[in-house]
Amino acid sequence: MGTQILFAILAAVAVVCGIGVVVSASPVRSALNLVLVLCSVALLYLTLNASFVAAIQIIVYAGAIMVLFLFVVMILNLGSPEPLVNKLKPQTPLAVVAGLVLIGVIASVVASIPPQASGRLLPEATTGALTIGLSLFSPAWVFPFEAVSVLLLVATVGAVVLATRRAL
Amino acid sequence: MAMAPVHIPLFYYLIVSAILFALGTIGVIVRRNAIIMFMCIELMLNAVNLSLVAFSRYLSDIGGQLMVIFVMAVAAAEVAVGLGIIVSIFRNRESINIDTLDVMKG
Amino acid sequence: MDFSQFSHIFWSVPTNEVPAADWWIDVLRAFVRILVPVFFVLLLVPPLVWFERRLLGFMQQRQGPNRVGPEGIVQTIADGVKLLMKEDIIPSNVDRTLYVLAPIIMLIPALVTAGVLPWHPSLVWGAGAPNVDIGVLYLLAWSSLAVYGVVMAGWASNNKYALLGGLRSSAQMISYELGMGIAVVTVVLISGALSVRDIVFDQSAYGWIKDAAHTTAHHAAYTWGIVHKPWLGFLNPWHVAQFFPMGFVAAFIYVVAMLAETNRSPFDLPEAETELVAGYHTEYTSMKFAMFFMGEYANMVVVSAIAATLFFGGWTTPIAQLDQWDNTAVGWIIPAAMISAKIGLGLYFFVWIRATLPRIRYDMLMSFGWKGIFPIALGNLFCVAVSLTAGYWAGLAVWIVLAVGALLIVANLDSTKRFTEKTRRRSVLGLYASAQPFQMPLVKTSNGAPPVDGRTAAEELVK
Repeated sequence: MGTQILFAILAAVAVVCGIGVVVSASPVRSALNLVLVLCSVALLYLTLNASFVAAIQIIVYAGAIMVLFLFVVMILNLGSPEPLVNKLKPQTPLAVVAGLVLIGVIASVVASIPPQASGRLLPEATTGALTIGLSLFSPAWVFPFEAVSVLLLVATVGAVVLATRRAL
Repeated sequence: MAMAPVHIPLFYYLIVSAILFALGTIGVIVRRNAIIMFMCIELMLNAVNLSLVAFSRYLSDIGGQLMVIFVMAVAAAEVAVGLGIIVSIFRNRESINIDTLDVMKG
Repeated sequence: MDFSQFSHIFWSVPTNEVPAADWWIDVLRAFVRILVPVFFVLLLVPPLVWFERRLLGFMQQRQGPNRVGPEGIVQTIADGVKLLMKEDIIPSNVDRTLYVLAPIIMLIPALVTAGVLPWHPSLVWGAGAPNVDIGVLYLLAWSSLAVYGVVMAGWASNNKYALLGGLRSSAQMISYELGMGIAVVTVVLISGALSVRDIVFDQSAYGWIKDAAHTTAHHAAYTWGIVHKPWLGFLNPWHVAQFFPMGFVAAFIYVVAMLAETNRSPFDLPEAETELVAGYHTEYTSMKFAMFFMGEYANMVVVSAIAATLFFGGWTTPIAQLDQWDNTAVGWIIPAAMISAKIGLGLYFFVWIRATLPRIRYDMLMSFGWKGIFPIALGNLFCVAVSLTAGYWAGLAVWIVLAVGALLIVANLDSTKRFTEKTRRRSVLGLYASAQPFQMPLVKTSNGAPPVDGRTAAEELVK
């Protein structure tokens, strides 16, 4: 019972703040709403026994990526709402309809999954950092792991090149 | 610690994930502010992450969690480059409203 | 998974006394357990403010607060009452929600972080949440959330100075979090544990071997961790002395990053009063300002507790015989006293640094973080990894090679050469000497000793 209530609260917070991200006028409000979404998703990870991923979610997403967003919003002084130039205003109701259709499509697919597809849950002992580390460096996953590290290096170099003040 | 019975079906997590994903999609379509659009993309990535972790738990495969870690790394790389692009666009155009970025239309 | 299991994630302890069905006993215990560190941190704040002001006074050859109560110890309470009596102003055109939330968010991470830091080996009472298996990541997660208070305050205040303060703070915290994270990972690598409790056990000269079955996690990593650790004197088990230069370098990096993370001097640029009035809390008054103030000092307490826990042995003593805790009063007092003493030394260090170092320039701060702290931490981590796989001496050799190489590169950089040329022209030492405060000679008495009341010649002249 307790977990259902917890899940309901977390899901509600995630969805309400998700709406907040989309409808907030100012980017700062949007970003702070997104931080709340990230935190509630991290707590949802905890209810799924994925504590390591939850911690990484907070550290990487909420602690680094979103602070970077806020930093850019503040450094460009974009605190004010966006200007009235909006060439795609009629798109808004269509977008909402499209979103609802998307939810419907996904829900119909999800509903076709038999409940408890495998009946076997990931045992708790295998969700810690040790298991995740060992599986990351197992032959199946080590190549993507190294590829991601190269990607991060490339992104770092790219960001530095973009950020150097030069006439583009 | 003994396994307690599961009260939350996989379905619920997937629905939450679908709603967040759709919200992100709507945001990308509706908003004109490049940074907010970017944040909506992050929202979509998170929705996918949530369903990955849920699948990992209910299909008893650690791979889902590993995928989430990769998605986060890719998201971090994407944000670093993307925000760099946004900052340099702002330096040139004094605006990040994407409706004003129409020079390529000729 | 039902609620009892979810509660287990956070605060349960694997004892056999309490069956899982009686989860409310766990919750009740957890409540008491969590109150201990929270009250410790909160109650330490007022004396800490007094301590800092008196110590700064001592270091700067002046009195400091000494009027309210004996030696001025009640001064902070008087200040607090004064702040409470003041008018609570919310300026017009601020973002009200964020403006009110910011000071609260500033205070929360400090209190929540305190919960996982153990002050006693006891599994049931030793820490607020001793069984958080990702303890170190939990610490990093909360410390990375701490920046939001500052950023929100800076943005919501609708004030350019506050905004600049928030901006500086967010950039500074992201930059120094990297070095801090890597220093913490170094500790994880040395101890082979993510749980804070296990990390402290790993530093106990006596306890770990004696009580191996008692800890919460068993890693294969532990065995190789113990085998490869070289003995280096009586401080050996503390991580600051492990793999000699490496543990020390990691501790040094953590300490620098901790000064930056708490926005303390010499990294207190977000509230640099000569440039930004008061930085992010310029617009705050009354109780909200008091909460910012409390948040800053609570943060100081907590980061020194983390430093003490991760690098300086937590509740352990350097002497193995003293670490034999049991259920007697002494067995409870010694660990608690040890961790308190270490936190106290950390706080003394904070004040000492503030009295010693001038505030650095903002561009220097950023380049120090990215070009100094971060690469050193990374290289150091690499050497620890080499030590663990190929033995201590191989790691030490790599460390020396890396250090000499880095020194050679830095010495040949153009910027370094320019800097040394400049200093040759204008001796830094000379500048420093001329910046010493002017001191009037003391009055000479007949026997050459200074007078008892310490009057200077100037006062004598006035008289």
